Amino acid sequence: MAEQMTGAEMVVQALIDQGVEHIFGYPGGAVLPIYDAIFQQDKLQHILVRHEQGATHMAEGYARSTGKCGVVLVTSGPGATNAVTGLTDALLDSIPLVCITGQVPTPLIGSDAFQECDTVGITRNCTKHNYLVKSIEDLPRVLHEAFYIATSGRPGPVVIDIPKDVQFALGSYLKPQAKMSHPTYKPQMEGDLEAIRIAVDMMLKAERPVFYTGGGVINSGYEASRTLRDLADLTGFPVTSTLMGLGAYPASSKQWLGMLGMHGTYEANMAMHDADLIICLGARFDDRITGRIDAFSPGSRKIHVDIDASSINKNILVDVPIVGDVNLVMEEIIRIWRAKTNQPRTEAIAPWWKAIEKWRGVNSLAFTNSDKIIKPQHAIQRLYEASKDRDVYITTEVGQHQMWAAQHFHFDEPNRWMTSGGLGTMGYGLPAAIGVQVAHPDALVIDIAGEASVQMTMQEMSTALQYDLPVKIFILNNEYMGMVRQWQELLHGGRYSHSYSDALPDFVKLAEAYGGHGIRCDDPAKLDDAIDEMINIKKPVLFDCLVSKEENCLPMIPSGKPHNEMILPDTADIGSIIDERGKVLV
Amino acid sequence: MNANLLPTGSAYFLTQQTQEPERHTLTVLVDNEPGVLARVVGLFSARGFNIDSLTVSETEHDKHRSRITVVTVATPKILAQIKLQLERLVPVHKVHDLTAEGNAIERELALVKVAGVGEHRVEALRLADAFRAQVIDASTESFVFEVTGKSSKVEQFISLMAPLGLVEVVRTGLAAITRGSEGM
Repeated sequence: MAEQMTGAEMVVQALIDQGVEHIFGYPGGAVLPIYDAIFQQDKLQHILVRHEQGATHMAEGYARSTGKCGVVLVTSGPGATNAVTGLTDALLDSIPLVCITGQVPTPLIGSDAFQECDTVGITRNCTKHNYLVKSIEDLPRVLHEAFYIATSGRPGPVVIDIPKDVQFALGSYLKPQAKMSHPTYKPQMEGDLEAIRIAVDMMLKAERPVFYTGGGVINSGYEASRTLRDLADLTGFPVTSTLMGLGAYPASSKQWLGMLGMHGTYEANMAMHDADLIICLGARFDDRITGRIDAFSPGSRKIHVDIDASSINKNILVDVPIVGDVNLVMEEIIRIWRAKTNQPRTEAIAPWWKAIEKWRGVNSLAFTNSDKIIKPQHAIQRLYEASKDRDVYITTEVGQHQMWAAQHFHFDEPNRWMTSGGLGTMGYGLPAAIGVQVAHPDALVIDIAGEASVQMTMQEMSTALQYDLPVKIFILNNEYMGMVRQWQELLHGGRYSHSYSDALPDFVKLAEAYGGHGIRCDDPAKLDDAIDEMINIKKPVLFDCLVSKEENCLPMIPSGKPHNEMILPDTADIGSIIDERGKVLV
Repeated sequence: MNANLLPTGSAYFLTQQTQEPERHTLTVLVDNEPGVLARVVGLFSARGFNIDSLTVSETEHDKHRSRITVVTVATPKILAQIKLQLERLVPVHKVHDLTAEGNAIERELALVKVAGVGEHRVEALRLADAFRAQVIDASTESFVFEVTGKSSKVEQFISLMAPLGLVEVVRTGLAAITRGSEGM
């Protein structure tokens, strides 16, 4: 006979049975029974956050750095609404999360009870799936199903809303099945073999090919990044990646072109523009990547591998769609390629590489350094040099610092780079770093931040202190919302409307107030020592790095322009580049 | 959105629409769980798709299976997206584009209230007979007609009733099924 227990005990038992070790949450009236069940066990460790948004980003950082599902526990009403930003972030970046929300007791639902909100209504469009569990009989199935849906196929966030009376109710608990299945939800894993054959034939004939890889390669698991390396070795093709895919292919490889897209490298974007074959692996032709759609890579044929059929032909029409898990499809490509030839197409694509080397020679990430003032790009380069030989994980907030981090910090392994790509959530990095540190207690975890973003979730410093999580918050402080300022320079005649960071706190004192360690540096000559100090302190650190104020993040594909019309670093006046029609775009 | 801004050629205004919008009837087979209709309708509004007509009812009680019939107007490219996005929803079994698959039978039912006396009343009744509409309620000054058929027939009947004292109309929306022995 199945074990009898309360709904709250089922929640805890199901989490343990799903292999969960850490959950991020905040208690409240409608989840008290679950918190009571957590109190009476020691297998699950609960991390108490300071704001529910922080819990969701911590769970995202935890998930992205481990490949496991992140778990969040919040109360009804404001607990659930505060989690909405993180859920949306996880949906857009395909991060597996299970978020358990308390709900008012079922007889009170719809009565505008205290701390009641329509959680499933509010989260319907910002989750992969959600549940309101009105009966204890449904609870064990829903708990296990939620993990299955969150982690399989294209991963995403799942909300389980559990009314308080269901948490108290007694019922029969069921263990998870060894092999989960669902009557209607059946992600397609194997790619269509005929399509893969056609893809390989096209690859074998390509003269100007490029691999355009994305977050899907990371979501597909560690194996996928190995397979991608094999595939690149086997073919000899160049590789570029989206922001979300950094690390799946090593930045130290000669075949690596750097990131593509709005702030990608010249060589990556020119290669995309001039290619005759684009092989898209687990990316989705997002608008940050394509630039002007009708001028996107005009001369290429396109192969698109994606586990989500709806991503294919959504923005860009492709020639060969392959729906399936990117690792399995890459393995098939390798197998079929090997059956036909064992040689990379070195000779056939030699002229292509020559062109790429010419673009590489433009050195589009160059910047004018200074010995008087710290340049933000220089700060990231020094941070990279100081930490690259360590077990390092990087998170970011959103804005210029994020793009500079993507350009100047280099990743050779997956799951080392956590950033908010799709939603662009300022305030993501600090809590995400805490989540990463929970999963990797001995690693060096750095949040590359801006002084504006970091204030959105600054209170989570208190969480870091409470759990002895020595995250390093490296703030590139230019006293501007830098990316907003840059766009105002580009589009609005340099009228910096409300993009100036006024009344900033003293970050050193703030760190000390939290019980952490504060460092301030404004001298390029002292930067290396200050970074070493940050790395060596076993405490949370706020590093206030004062950098040049009006640096622009370049290169850049301005809005409404194609890949081959990038703004390069030597452009003097960026204010006159975007035309009237481009100005309405974001 | 300012129409004269088109086409800027950015992702936010996709390549200028060269495809013509078409009217298609979709059948969506779903598990009849709470909120499933909200998911389907919410997807249409969230992604800016149109709904011209919507008909929902549980059709297989033992399996808790419902059938949602949606009529939408979209370009072929957007139609493909609608189908794939619907199939992504967890409780959705299958989506069929009956218009694309061809040869479907479509019917709609309308109740039409017409008030009047004298010549108008007689004419309304005569037309109802021509359209094989049933009188399902009558008073000395009014009728309620039940008319069934293709949407175009229902449409035409309503427009004919308009000058004859049309008071109000209620329509079920479209129900559609494929011909022949095969089910979906």
